[in-house]
Amino acid sequence: MDTLRSKIIPVTTILLIIVAIWYVGAVAMNAPFQRDMDSRNNATPGTMEFIGKTLAQPKPTLPAPHQVAQNFFENTFTRKITSNRSLVYHAWVTLSSTLLGFAFGTVLGIVIAVGIVHVTTLDRSLMPWIIASQTIPILAIAPMVIVVLAAVGITGLIPKALISTYLSFFPVAVGMVKGLRSPELMHLDLMHTYNASRSQTFWKLRVPASVPFLFASMKVAVAASLVGAIVGELPTGAVAGIGAKLLAGAYYSQTIDIWSALVAGSVVAALLVALVGLAGRLVDRAMGGRPA
Amino acid sequence: MKALKPSWQAVLAIVLCLVAAIWGAMSVPEVAAGTQPTATIEYPYMGTKGLMYGIAIVAAVLSMFVLVPALEALILFAGSTTVALLLLHGIAGFEGTARAPYYLLLAAAWLLGWRCVAVLSSMKPSSRGLATALKLAVPALFGVWILVWWEAVTRGAGIPFILLPPPSSVGVRIVNSLPVLWADVNQTIFHSVLIGYVLGCASGFIAAILADRFVFLRRGLIPIGNMVSALPIIGVAPIMVMWFGFDWHSKAAVVVIMTFFPMLVNTVAGLAASGHMERDLMRTYASNYWQTLAKLRLPAAGPFIFNALKINSTLALIGAIVAEFFGTPVVGMGFRISTEVGRMNVDMVWAEIAVAALAGSVFYGVVALIERAATFWHPSVRGG
Repeated sequence: MDTLRSKIIPVTTILLIIVAIWYVGAVAMNAPFQRDMDSRNNATPGTMEFIGKTLAQPKPTLPAPHQVAQNFFENTFTRKITSNRSLVYHAWVTLSSTLLGFAFGTVLGIVIAVGIVHVTTLDRSLMPWIIASQTIPILAIAPMVIVVLAAVGITGLIPKALISTYLSFFPVAVGMVKGLRSPELMHLDLMHTYNASRSQTFWKLRVPASVPFLFASMKVAVAASLVGAIVGELPTGAVAGIGAKLLAGAYYSQTIDIWSALVAGSVVAALLVALVGLAGRLVDRAMGGRPA
Repeated sequence: MKALKPSWQAVLAIVLCLVAAIWGAMSVPEVAAGTQPTATIEYPYMGTKGLMYGIAIVAAVLSMFVLVPALEALILFAGSTTVALLLLHGIAGFEGTARAPYYLLLAAAWLLGWRCVAVLSSMKPSSRGLATALKLAVPALFGVWILVWWEAVTRGAGIPFILLPPPSSVGVRIVNSLPVLWADVNQTIFHSVLIGYVLGCASGFIAAILADRFVFLRRGLIPIGNMVSALPIIGVAPIMVMWFGFDWHSKAAVVVIMTFFPMLVNTVAGLAASGHMERDLMRTYASNYWQTLAKLRLPAAGPFIFNALKINSTLALIGAIVAEFFGTPVVGMGFRISTEVGRMNVDMVWAEIAVAALAGSVFYGVVALIERAATFWHPSVRGG
């Protein structure tokens, strides 16, 4: 009952308001074009008919929610998933490079974090550069990387995955450094009194302590690596994937296609973040964590 | 008391030098000169070869004596930099001819540089100014060495210009095309990014105040805001270009959308940061909602708001540049990158990337400096 009143009702209300604003916006933004069309055809529709027409244009400025939903449904469930008009196919192409890049990025981030925690020189010299790398618009390099790697003969999944790697290693590295340093002095002293070696301290104290940090930063990283994969598809010339679908939609003014590709991207993002969250909770329970 | 304290970097550097010296010729022309002693073939490092080995080994050996750390760092720095400079200088005109000893010597110099950084980072200077200088010098040295490796490998191995230009030619390109770069910065940074950033942060802030005032709104907006921050918002770029045209307005719109939600979520979290005690104190003063907000809760939310401002400074730049891939007037950083890639002017692309990185760092740095001045009371600033 409590969640119903404190969560579900407010969220649904806000969502309904957003949908309502969307409809009003769709009518308002599509109206000039429709008026133009009507005056050319010498049609004089009534108000309701006019509004109905603005919400049913084939290439609207702002498609109405039901148009997007219909397009999304058609392209997701009614087409064969091997067809290149199917959103499932495009989502799969994007998802595969996202996952590959995410895996690379997580491993790289963990390796960097372990190095930083154990080697003082790396901590002092590498850490500022990792933070600085966040201020660099890495996505700007995306087309570069794709074109250069294509020139060497590496095409397909790897270049896109590399961009995802670049975007996703950062949160993991920073989160893991924080996590590996999270054991308090008391715990480290206890390990010391046990005469634990460095590697024992690492495996039995630091690694378990860093797991919650790892999953929190992996959630950020997986979202970032999806963005990387989508942007990575832009310069490949719209072959396949959600980014390619966006670009093709932009070229041919297929606004409804753009919006349903956006919805598909959002669904993939939500699924990925939810999966990482679930994995985090499972690992937490397996390690004997109790709900607070 | 021992006079020697071996370090693995210095020992390894000496070993590498010796291996390189035994290996022999440093470049292909030198091999040719060795096989035909009568012919006069010019080869790199005719006069400087022995000098380089000498400097590297002497610096490595000297550094292992017990010295004042500052002197040790100075010797290492001088030794590694001289060798690196001689190596880079000598390869000019003989690109792509380097053999293994070239890289071994480079690695030896780099190890000395590493040792120098290690010595510097273990130093504990007493004065504050020196500590700050060290804090800056260590990462700066690291960055310089990345550039040296990049330059040495691209030129030594003769990597095609189109794949990866050496940093020196990128630098030359930056100097030669300042007007173009400035026009791009003016278009992308001063119009798209800054205007979008200000609008997006301001509207996110206002929405956060509203959400704080009305509990219902907060309960509805925050879950949505948290979800949206995981979505690939960059995808709205083509739509915005369609709505607002090719000029900077569409890019500013993308930036507004990208910066809105981080600001909203962080500000709402920050407004909840002030403690019960302080709030109760404000109640005993009979202060109303707005007084409490202005005098207690907004200052307490400062660190959170600045966190959002810092995150947004990066997002804004990315948003503006990527939005330019979908259509621009013939100026702008994203436009320049995508067209120059097509024309295979890779040095221009790297110049643009360097400028973008610089702009991003400056933007972030300015926000961070304002944060230090505005939230001077916060432990994370005060405790430094």
